Amino acid sequence: MSPYLPQTENDRRTMLETIGLSSVEELFEDVPEQHRFPTLNLPGAVSEMEILNELYGMALKNSSTGCYATFLGAGAYNHFVPSAVPAMASRGEFLTAYTPYQPEVSQGTLQAAFEYQSMIAELTGMEVVNASHYDGATSMAEAAIMSHNVGRGKRNKIIVSPRVDPQYRQVMRTYLPAGQLLITGDEDLNAGLGDLKAMLDGETACLIVQNPDFFGQLLDVDGLAEAVHEVGALLVVVANPIHSLGLLKPPGEYGADIVVAEGQPLGAGLNFGGPYLGVFAATMKHVRKMPGRLVGETVDVDGARGFVLTLAPREQHIRREKATSNICTNQGLIALIAGMYLAYMGKGGMQNVAEICYHRAHYAAAGIDKLDRYQVISSGHFFNEFVVQCPKPVDEINQALLEEGILGGYDLQLDYPEAVNQMLVCVTEMNDRMQIDRLIQVLGQIG
Amino acid sequence: MRNQLEPLIFEISSPGREAFTLPELGVPEVQLPEGYTRQQLNLPEVSELDFVRHYTHLSQMNYSIDTVFYPLGSCTMKYNPKVNEKAAAIEGLSQVHPLQPESTVQGSLQLMYELQEALKEIAGFAAVSLQPAAGAHGEFAGVLIMRAYHESRGDSKRTKMLIPDSAHGTNPASTAMSGYTVVELPSDERGNVDLEALKQECDDTVVGLMLTNPNTLGLFEEHVLEVCETIHNCGGLIYGDGANLNALMGITRPGDLGIDVLHFNLHKTFSTPHGGGGPGSGPVGVTENLAPFLPGPIAAKDDDGYKLVLPEQSIGRMKAFYGNYGVFIRAYTYIRMMGPDGLRAASEMAVLNANYLKARVAPHFPVAVERTCMHEFVSHGDVPGTDIITLDVAKRLIDLGFHPPTIYFPLIVHDALMIEPTETESKETLDAFAVAMTRIAEEARTNPQVLHDAPHITPVRRLDEAQAARKPVLCYKG
Repeated sequence: MSPYLPQTENDRRTMLETIGLSSVEELFEDVPEQHRFPTLNLPGAVSEMEILNELYGMALKNSSTGCYATFLGAGAYNHFVPSAVPAMASRGEFLTAYTPYQPEVSQGTLQAAFEYQSMIAELTGMEVVNASHYDGATSMAEAAIMSHNVGRGKRNKIIVSPRVDPQYRQVMRTYLPAGQLLITGDEDLNAGLGDLKAMLDGETACLIVQNPDFFGQLLDVDGLAEAVHEVGALLVVVANPIHSLGLLKPPGEYGADIVVAEGQPLGAGLNFGGPYLGVFAATMKHVRKMPGRLVGETVDVDGARGFVLTLAPREQHIRREKATSNICTNQGLIALIAGMYLAYMGKGGMQNVAEICYHRAHYAAAGIDKLDRYQVISSGHFFNEFVVQCPKPVDEINQALLEEGILGGYDLQLDYPEAVNQMLVCVTEMNDRMQIDRLIQVLGQIG
Repeated sequence: MRNQLEPLIFEISSPGREAFTLPELGVPEVQLPEGYTRQQLNLPEVSELDFVRHYTHLSQMNYSIDTVFYPLGSCTMKYNPKVNEKAAAIEGLSQVHPLQPESTVQGSLQLMYELQEALKEIAGFAAVSLQPAAGAHGEFAGVLIMRAYHESRGDSKRTKMLIPDSAHGTNPASTAMSGYTVVELPSDERGNVDLEALKQECDDTVVGLMLTNPNTLGLFEEHVLEVCETIHNCGGLIYGDGANLNALMGITRPGDLGIDVLHFNLHKTFSTPHGGGGPGSGPVGVTENLAPFLPGPIAAKDDDGYKLVLPEQSIGRMKAFYGNYGVFIRAYTYIRMMGPDGLRAASEMAVLNANYLKARVAPHFPVAVERTCMHEFVSHGDVPGTDIITLDVAKRLIDLGFHPPTIYFPLIVHDALMIEPTETESKETLDAFAVAMTRIAEEARTNPQVLHDAPHITPVRRLDEAQAARKPVLCYKG
């Protein structure tokens, strides 16, 4: 008997009697007989001790960031998670609840979501934030769809910068199969903001840029939103890495209509790519075209403040095929964690972490740039990621770094064929001076 | 349940208070980029104890599986084993970056591969992609796969998706996102797809049918083989909504019945926690001829070890990276601890529990269709001859210590009360719930006001949803 099945022999007999059947098998007579009770060819049940040992064995075949100095970012970021955050988020009352359809018994989830929405609104400089999407990439795809809907389905052009995370652009193309909308702008991988602005026209639903961009560089956003709005389109900003907003001007301040981001760095850990958090923020003007769940404040019959899911007529369970998105289950727990992380770090902590990332990244870049055969080729300002021109292929360098206990940066050539031997290096508060000095030293030896 | 309001985190903030600690900078400061920096960041300022009390209080304002019976129909709120959480937190699995070289993540890839294999076996498919992040996401992937299949054959006439009127709202929404038109099919009086209506719609413009089996009435489709054959004969494909797979493990395999593509809900069937709204995980399984179209990358194995591959005609990526990996670890742990016999026993007990509870509840709240149900059943939640409606019954259940069932869904049943007990609940718990339902039915006649005023024990009662929508307040304004 499994520990998760409480029915004793006696219980089963009594229950079957109540139903008026003599065996459990009789419950399944609607299932076609030839396909009933197949043999499942799976390994037999194991105990808790055995499964944990099996998983520890798998873990040993990995090189974890806990054991390696990690300079890899490119969409997923290695940040410190304060102990109090998982301690609170793992409480069973949060973990084992579901979508707060019954607000009276879900005020914990609802109020925490409202607080998350409020803190992300502050961080991004936007007016309204939804309760989450699956990740930054799907947030961006949904932003493209929303832009199309804001343009009443008449604007069919999505302009996207080639310096937006390549995986995000791939996901958007999956979401918008050929023929529905024209996705353009990133055919030329060298296209700059000026080139993209030149493509704006009356057909354009939105322009999508990432700031800092995938190469880590800060955009000069002067006049960008004005140019986009002049043709009646929306400006969508991918604000990755999200810690940059502890230091940098929020996109709402320079005219973004929709801001999306990967919320993973806010306490969720790396987890080999998921579960992550799709941050989605917009202006109030377009709230009724927004996808995803929204939590709003209201009052109860006694006039007390409370929170509910609201503006549900945008959603699939009400509107079915006319909904703004098909999303139902989202990443609630990760949004809860992100809200907790922001509350815990607070004003000072978010600024402080962002500054540590910034200064240490610049220290690393200066040191690497001084090496004979390496050159930092990021021009302009960057936050905590920068591009290094290496003397040989990045995978070879990473192999050599690995032997010295270092997980190196991202090989940009995987996505940008012209970026030969170019490594995207990421520095966070997890990389102290000793780690950075060691990286510089080992790189020098490899070169 | 904590019966007291909690201030917002902003309202307990005090300037200069801190919870965080950080290391010294340790490197020289450089100039911040002029003109690029922000002026202010008004996040809360609280101490660690403030923080802990705040979130502890909030958690105590929730009902959850850990605290109460949670028979939320269609959501499979089964117990979430604690070992799953420990497994997902193993440092060598959790502290791994998705872009590390494959040679450094062989353990992670092995787990993905093994989970793919297990899901294939459980549901009878040739291939599985773990990438979709939730049920609706898997469903969207499934419809895109159907689309890619038809297009690969140059079959461009197909534009309409047949969807039974009992389906989840995500079915038509995913169909619309894929650029197809929805044609709704009626259900017959036994809760099955109306075969005559199906046959009338079947022609060479049909993309396929989206079939939830057991359906949202909790009933197994009695003509499932004929339904699949009818669709296949007109060149369409069958999408299986796997939301209700908890009734079928070791009972039957959707792939064997003729389903071409199906999404799994790891957060329902495979015991991973729902997290107050997610994360879920919605892998898709497909037959041999649809395997080339799966989203990816997916895990594969060869002589050199495990690797990530993109199927050759893949619809592409559904999200960044490989899926909700932390959820995979939990689901894999569950499957290994249950084994094949345990999985079958889980489905058997889920169905036994549902039928037992149905027998106890139906005398007071009659079921919509009287048949042996699978893992859930749908009753009418109103009390005829009184002014008590389903909502009153749901709210009164809260007072009696139960999370309400799903209400007013499926749409084809008036005053629906959709009850899914799951297999992890004991007979004693089911009996207590049945007693509560009996009491509510009596109260409806003897003391209706107590139902209208319910719930009585919660921090807030009957919130004004109309005002929330009319004058949306979606952020703290200070």
